[in-house]
Amino acid sequence: MAFLHATAKHGSSETKKRSWLPYLLLLPGLVWLFFFFLLPILTLVSTSTKTPGFGIGEFDQTYRFANYWDAIVNSRAQFLRSFEYAGIATVLALAIAYPLAYAIAFKSGRWKNVLLVLVVAPFFTSFILRTIAWKQILGSSGFVNRALIDLHIIGPQTHLTASAFAVVMGLTYNFLPFMTLPLYSSLERIDPRTIEASGDLYANAITTFRKVTLPLSAPGVVAGTLLTFIPAAGDFVNAEILGNPNTKMIGNVINARYLQIVDYPTAAALSFTLMFVILIMVTLYIRKAGTEELV
Amino acid sequence: MSVSSEEFTTASGTSEMMSTPFSRRSLLLGAGGLGAASLIGINGMEAAAAAKPTVRWANWSLYLDYDNKTKKYPTIENFIKKSGYPTKYFEVIDDNDSFTSKVQPQLKLKKDIGYDVVTMTEWMAARWAASGFVQKFDDAAVPNKKNVVPFLANRPFDVGRHISLPYQGIIAGVAWSKKSLPKGIQSLDQLFAKANKGKIEVLSEMRDTIGLVMLWQGTDISKPFTEAKFMNAIDYVTKMIHDGFIRQIKGQSYQEDLISGDATAVIGWSGDINQLNLQNGNQFGFAIPESGGTFATDNLMIPSTSPNKAGAQALINYIYDPMVSAKISNYVTYINCVEGAQAAMEKVNPKQVHNTLIFPDDKMWKNLKIFRDLTPAEQIKFSTAFQKASGNG
Repeated sequence: MAFLHATAKHGSSETKKRSWLPYLLLLPGLVWLFFFFLLPILTLVSTSTKTPGFGIGEFDQTYRFANYWDAIVNSRAQFLRSFEYAGIATVLALAIAYPLAYAIAFKSGRWKNVLLVLVVAPFFTSFILRTIAWKQILGSSGFVNRALIDLHIIGPQTHLTASAFAVVMGLTYNFLPFMTLPLYSSLERIDPRTIEASGDLYANAITTFRKVTLPLSAPGVVAGTLLTFIPAAGDFVNAEILGNPNTKMIGNVINARYLQIVDYPTAAALSFTLMFVILIMVTLYIRKAGTEELV
Repeated sequence: MSVSSEEFTTASGTSEMMSTPFSRRSLLLGAGGLGAASLIGINGMEAAAAAKPTVRWANWSLYLDYDNKTKKYPTIENFIKKSGYPTKYFEVIDDNDSFTSKVQPQLKLKKDIGYDVVTMTEWMAARWAASGFVQKFDDAAVPNKKNVVPFLANRPFDVGRHISLPYQGIIAGVAWSKKSLPKGIQSLDQLFAKANKGKIEVLSEMRDTIGLVMLWQGTDISKPFTEAKFMNAIDYVTKMIHDGFIRQIKGQSYQEDLISGDATAVIGWSGDINQLNLQNGNQFGFAIPESGGTFATDNLMIPSTSPNKAGAQALINYIYDPMVSAKISNYVTYINCVEGAQAAMEKVNPKQVHNTLIFPDDKMWKNLKIFRDLTPAEQIKFSTAFQKASGNG
């Protein structure tokens, strides 16, 4: 918004004519936000306090705010599980993506573009198809399960699919590019001379990484963890395809409330609560991380 | 029939399914082309029969005989020729709730919803009837009505079949992989046996999974029963999930797990097993459990807003011709609801005449129950309990 003030300050007759231009430029975005963000949110909030009416799918506005409490109490297990799975997946994705992004940014030479395309390549196939593919890779008759059984790493009756392990693995896999790309872009921007300077000042490789590379790539870490954690916490596809009834996440509950039970108020209350909780977590996280560059 | 939101078609089955001409799911993969195909089918005819108003039929995907070569629906083409009504066929229903909520506002405002015939599963059909969203048949215009099988001639929501006629029936029972369980499964005791622990999957359709368990627990699901009886079945399913017997609760995607061996014993639908066996060489068994199986129908009805009742009745009457019905059944392989279709099947495809999963015998009919209508309050309470058991809150 800073530039709005900047233009307004001029105050001359010439700029007066132009002062509405920034608003005009913002208009398409504002209209879009109004229709596709603000209106749906308001509808969601208004639905969330309704109670069932006469027929199925009919609800009357009764301002029943207890809907929120009921929904949260009923689904607290899935809420906690969503944050737990998303948290583990985010940490795993960071652990996998950081060395990968580092290698692409600093060590890949002429292979850089090829490697970047490879990171993005999974997006050319549908999210759901890729998740189903994992179901088959990890399935009882798949080679992974068989190899692990033959190597006596897991028992003969163990199956990898329909488990918490498969869900977390699916989340990690599916959101890995969202972690890798921001990390790469902030690592790639690091001026190599800062690393050289660190060496000149007698810092060893570890100290250089700790004092120079890591802090300079922090915006990438923050962006990557947010881009991974937020969609992972709301995901339902991985739990649906790779999980079992004991590994359902909050997304599955919302999906079931909307489409199977046709209980829109509870679904709306859960959606709004999820959004709100994530918003708070993200705000605290960004404050703590203190990266102005992001905002 | 009802396909839950968790339905996803796998890539693995694609090639084999493409080669079988009459799998519903094989066509699903080409669904994009299908909509276009149904439109092509009409254009030529429109000019010829411009005098009569168009009949528009809303149906589920892959639920009518389709000719891959001509990209047309033979039943629709023949109906147009015979009746002179231009006819449009729409595969727009993939879920009872979502389709109904889409057209409900117009039904209430008494504005044309764009369809003259709709195909709703019985519990939803009952709800349409209760809301006054359907038109009564002129019995003289639907003489083939008499062909409805006796088992379905009188249903609580439509005694005497004045507003609806069943299009296809679906049986839920137990199915198994013959390789893993050569002895097969005849009861729910055998389904939930220790040997199957962790390899059992049940349907995400509440009326089928809970219905079968209730029948097994001795509750007649077609008669009034108490909430406690329903919750007994929920408790049992919850325990089976908790103890690790039930691996997953699924819609039609349990078929993939049967093929891969991740599941060996399931609660499933007869039509699915028919089609799996056609594609995978008879590897799977299906039985109605000794304690009884559940049965559901999809029903042809004329929406109250239809401006072309005469055309709609002509189409429904045509579908109830035994020969036409046999041809449709030869393709869709669900339970046929038309008397005389079995005899007509001799001419259509003699191999299917004695397929009891298309034409059940008397013993099977006796062992099938239709889940009773639920009030809206029960519906929410029961499906919430079922979703909770499934882990969805």
